[in-house]
Amino acid sequence: MNEKTAVAREPQAPELATLLPPVDVIEDIEGITLYADLPGVTKEKLSLEVEGETLTIEGEMDLRVPEGMEATHAEVSVPRFRRVFTLSKELDTGKLQAALKQGVLKLRIQKAERAKPRRISVQAG
Amino acid sequence: MELSLFPRDMFAELDRLQRQMQQAFELSPSIRGFARGGFPALNVGTTAESAEIYAFAPGLDPASIEVNLERGVLRVAGERKSELPDGDANASLHVNERFVGRFHRVITLSDDLDQNAVQAKYRDGVLHISIKRLVTAQTRRIDIN
Repeated sequence: MNEKTAVAREPQAPELATLLPPVDVIEDIEGITLYADLPGVTKEKLSLEVEGETLTIEGEMDLRVPEGMEATHAEVSVPRFRRVFTLSKELDTGKLQAALKQGVLKLRIQKAERAKPRRISVQAG
Repeated sequence: MELSLFPRDMFAELDRLQRQMQQAFELSPSIRGFARGGFPALNVGTTAESAEIYAFAPGLDPASIEVNLERGVLRVAGERKSELPDGDANASLHVNERFVGRFHRVITLSDDLDQNAVQAKYRDGVLHISIKRLVTAQTRRIDIN
């Protein structure tokens, strides 16, 4: 699972500024688990897309700021997240499970059966 | 801008460079330091009646978040538990960027806030703290006849 560089990204009509969400990626025998921090993103505003071997995570914050609020200090100045990953062939994108809980996305991608490691017994000759 | 003679760790170098950049842009940082880049990220706004603080702290147990306000100084503290498997020899961690551990952030707000009118809500991983201003401090609109 590699991250795509900005160069590899397809050009899009006026590209909006986005934040790069921090992620954790863990691989075990059965597959890969990805956690992404997407604070303020609701299920409705989250988009997960797999196209070929490209996984795109996009989300928009829904903060419901009170009317007439004037920002005095902003560390998060863009309300959108986007991050693109290149998956590898042994991952079965048909078996994708996603859950969003308190702003944390947990994505589970299973490995295809044939890609699971087999123990090869070594025989003494 | 001095450069380290032995840049052994590229990430440490980048981190230092980032701090220097911040220093260059924020000429007079608060005595409580540059909090920027800490966890959780904070946004602060004001309305005529209140101060609104948004802490971007996803994945917390709401019961573990401590918020207190004392003389215009707001403290947000808590802990974020690791979700990484420990002791699983078959699991490997490829990317590890998310914050784990105890956090503590302090920000100075104006001192015209009402300590007894603080509301905190945690939704979608964002802690929203709303503090009413003291009535005497609220700007009153004066009608001109």
